[in-house]
Amino acid sequence: MNRTFTALLAAAALGATAAHAQVTVGVTLGATGPGASLGIHYKNAFQLMPNTLGGQPVKFIILEDGSDATNAGKNARKLITEDKVDVVMGSNGVPSSLQIAQVAFETKTPYLCLTPISLPPERYHWTFIVPQPTELMMGAVAEHMKANGVKTVGFIGFSDAWGDLMYKATEHWAASHGYKVVTNERYARADTSVTGQVLKILAANPDAVVVGGSGTGGALPHVALVERGYKGRIYHNHGTVNREFIKVGGKNVEGAIAPTGPLMVPEDLPDSHPSKAVSLDFTRRYEQAFGAGSRNAFGGYSHDAVRILGAAIPEAVKKAKPGTPEFRAALRDALENVKNVIGAHGVYNITPQNHNGQDERSRVLVQVRNGEWRLMK
Amino acid sequence: MSADIVAWLVQDGITNGAIYALLALALLLVFAVTRVIFVPQGEYVTFAALSLSLLEAGRMPGTVWILVFGGLAAAAVEAAAALRARAFAALPRIGLLYLALPAAVALLVGWAAPRQPAQWVQVLLVLAMVVPMGPILYRVAYQPLASASVLVLFIVSMAVHYVLVGLSLVFFGGEGLRARPIAEAKFRLGVVEVTAQSLWVLAASVVLIFLLWLLFERSIYGKALRATAMNRVGARLVGIPTALTGYLSFTLASLIGAVSGILIAPITTLYYDTGFLIGLKGFVGAILGGMASYPLAAVGAVAVGLLEAFSSFWASTYKETIVFAVLIPVLIWLSLRSRHVEEEEERE
Repeated sequence: MNRTFTALLAAAALGATAAHAQVTVGVTLGATGPGASLGIHYKNAFQLMPNTLGGQPVKFIILEDGSDATNAGKNARKLITEDKVDVVMGSNGVPSSLQIAQVAFETKTPYLCLTPISLPPERYHWTFIVPQPTELMMGAVAEHMKANGVKTVGFIGFSDAWGDLMYKATEHWAASHGYKVVTNERYARADTSVTGQVLKILAANPDAVVVGGSGTGGALPHVALVERGYKGRIYHNHGTVNREFIKVGGKNVEGAIAPTGPLMVPEDLPDSHPSKAVSLDFTRRYEQAFGAGSRNAFGGYSHDAVRILGAAIPEAVKKAKPGTPEFRAALRDALENVKNVIGAHGVYNITPQNHNGQDERSRVLVQVRNGEWRLMK
Repeated sequence: MSADIVAWLVQDGITNGAIYALLALALLLVFAVTRVIFVPQGEYVTFAALSLSLLEAGRMPGTVWILVFGGLAAAAVEAAAALRARAFAALPRIGLLYLALPAAVALLVGWAAPRQPAQWVQVLLVLAMVVPMGPILYRVAYQPLASASVLVLFIVSMAVHYVLVGLSLVFFGGEGLRARPIAEAKFRLGVVEVTAQSLWVLAASVVLIFLLWLLFERSIYGKALRATAMNRVGARLVGIPTALTGYLSFTLASLIGAVSGILIAPITTLYYDTGFLIGLKGFVGAILGGMASYPLAAVGAVAVGLLEAFSSFWASTYKETIVFAVLIPVLIWLSLRSRHVEEEEERE
């Protein structure tokens, strides 16, 4: 279906001369394959995007990469060389996003990355990271642990890049927040049991446990820990905050704490929070289209990427016409200098040194209370 | 590592191993009778488990559409064959078996799902949805190629696997689901707390294995299956219809898969693609047992479960690596021991 869609768009682009003034956005996402549970949400959000950005007509070309890094790279290359897109966005998954960053670097195309990845400093030139850095998010967890006198932390996470990122972020704050990470256990999303890992954590008897899973995958170790009688606090990460997690975990995950973006709990935010209005508007529109309770962080990243782009386009069109290498360079420069872009996930102030540009306003701590994620006050 | 940790790990390993053992038996049965390496065996587990979770939530699982449209495809294949042979008398039977029956199941599920019936009714509904997938798959995908080489049949299996995983994503979505346990009770056994659910898993596995043994040893159908497994040509010469044994083995495989799925659904979070990995571990178990003997396959599968439990304690990062790496020495040993068997296979 996507291919026909693309073909139609390509035909339209060839036929119409008006396409010159149009900004073309190339997106590659994996709504199938192992990352499907995230990719579906990222993709859904693109159905809610506006037709114009920064006063310019905009066209989205969305390709499917099946959560496969090689496909994501191929898609990015195809979008840039064949469809002549001005900017690429994607994908759900660290390996895929690394591939796209490589292609963006080679082809000198601005890239709004929808996954928290980290790159060597010189490779950030064309890449902008939309989601909060994992260190920023897990910093909120570290502060909460420090405030509650946690000295030892057990870690259990996915045996993939996400698990590694979460472990690194947990380690990152250990010295400054006075705790020690005592276990580094790993499991796979498809595992039928985590008994071995949980027994090892119980043997180490840490004050708190950090789970580096995502979505419903975070529930398995939490349930196993509770069933084996673990009494300490169990922390999760921003990848875990959705309704399905509670559905799967039931009563056992009551009390789970996780950092997330403001858009998961806009109703609970104080009116002074800068993102409140934007988050409320986006979650409302998203839930109208995809069902009550369908809100999620991932659709918010797609939303914010498009908002950042919208803030940069007016500057870029002053310098060059969309569809040209000059426009891509101008767009990159403009993206690097956007100020106070209010997204559903907080406020973005991008600088040449910081290609994410978020601060503490982009994170809140939430807790499962009575089967709902609620803001911790 | 203290004794109670060992006891916990053994309990965990045996519970998982029992599921792998069931799947190993199903894989072995299908392979022995039809020479199909049945990669999609794990998909039955997924479909059964996730259908059960959806029924609990009062929603109609998409599994019924596989049944209805698979039945349509099978009916088309059958009807074409019957018309070519001018065997018009067979048509009503085809219509009843492949059209009316799946439609009836679909209607029943559609009617019952929003009413959230008792759990045992849900289990029966799941069995009614998943078990007929076996013969339908056999009719549509495998029977037309029944005499093809093992490699061709394996490629067909991969295709069927991809089709089923794709449908599974459409029907159940990307997020995981978990069903309510059949029994919530817990028992203390020394230092170890045993959940009633894991006892259910063990009991059901043992009963199923015993029933399979009865079938093979005591019934004419089981003997036909064994004869086909030993020698297809010989079995045909003494009048055993090999298509029938194919149907029978696929039905048993889907039954075993569905039961495994129902048993495992409350223990863990299952995703649309989890079944493949569970099936694969059953397959490793079957290979550990030499891909020839049922008791050895069951022992091999339990060994896989135990190995998994202990490696997840000692080196959780390398758990999968350890489990699948065990295959290499076993395969080397098997290939040194029984090379001539495969050559026979090729010539057939």
